[in-house]
Amino acid sequence: MTAKSEWRSMANGTSVEVRIPSRLGFEKVAMSTAAAMAKLMGFTEDRVDDLKTAVAEACINAIEHGNHMNAEIPVGVVLSMFPNELEVRVIDDGTGMHKKPSLPNIDRKMTGEEEARGMGMFLIQALVDEVEWVPQEKGQSFVRLVIRVNPVSENAEMKQESASANGK
Amino acid sequence: MQTANKVSQQSLTGASGAGVTALRFVGDISSASKETVVGTYEALDHSSVKHILLDFKGVEYLNSSGIALVIQVLMEANRAGQKVAICGLTPHFTKVFTMVGITKYATLFADESAALAAL
Repeated sequence: MTAKSEWRSMANGTSVEVRIPSRLGFEKVAMSTAAAMAKLMGFTEDRVDDLKTAVAEACINAIEHGNHMNAEIPVGVVLSMFPNELEVRVIDDGTGMHKKPSLPNIDRKMTGEEEARGMGMFLIQALVDEVEWVPQEKGQSFVRLVIRVNPVSENAEMKQESASANGK
Repeated sequence: MQTANKVSQQSLTGASGAGVTALRFVGDISSASKETVVGTYEALDHSSVKHILLDFKGVEYLNSSGIALVIQVLMEANRAGQKVAICGLTPHFTKVFTMVGITKYATLFADESAALAAL
């Protein structure tokens, strides 16, 4: 077991909760928290970047569409560590997303047939390993993202630790 | 909470001798950046500008609303017959721009010198 995987094992089930006001820009607070946790867990830089964008987009959706930019209503972000994955739940006061994320069509955007905006759900789905939008009729709907530790980086880490132990 | 953003403009020359107008963005590019991104582009003298280089090297935060503003610039540049190049993106945002199809309407370069060598 590597140092990082041992650490992840110890932190199994540990959760951190962040509440941000529904004001654009505060998604960066949730994004930084997610990035810090992913780094503690030994995620590679590229996976940390994927997570940061996915969490930021999920929070923006919650602020704009779930809480309708009402700064009095917070967006809840619950980050839970598991041995090989980080789960993020972004909770708002809305009834949830009822449409499936659609692939952005750049040609349609360029002709104005499709809005230039509206890529958030697509990016979330494209950048994490698992995503589900869970609607709730009475509010408190959430999106659940899961990002897994890259097994390749784990192997590289083991080789590096082994090389260090062997004085190479 | 939205962080300030700014843009600077510079006239450069590509390897072919073509004039290139560089727009260098700094800070956050998000929904609050419409004036910085689209406004700056629209204020250019379009009778003389044929090549535009959007430089993201100084950008600290970029989200899908910011990318939508870039698409809006591409849309207007496409209509005006201008060529757009993009440089200074991190590997992550190079991937994201490719995912959303921006590479169909703008060429991505690692940095300004690579862009100028190709223009």
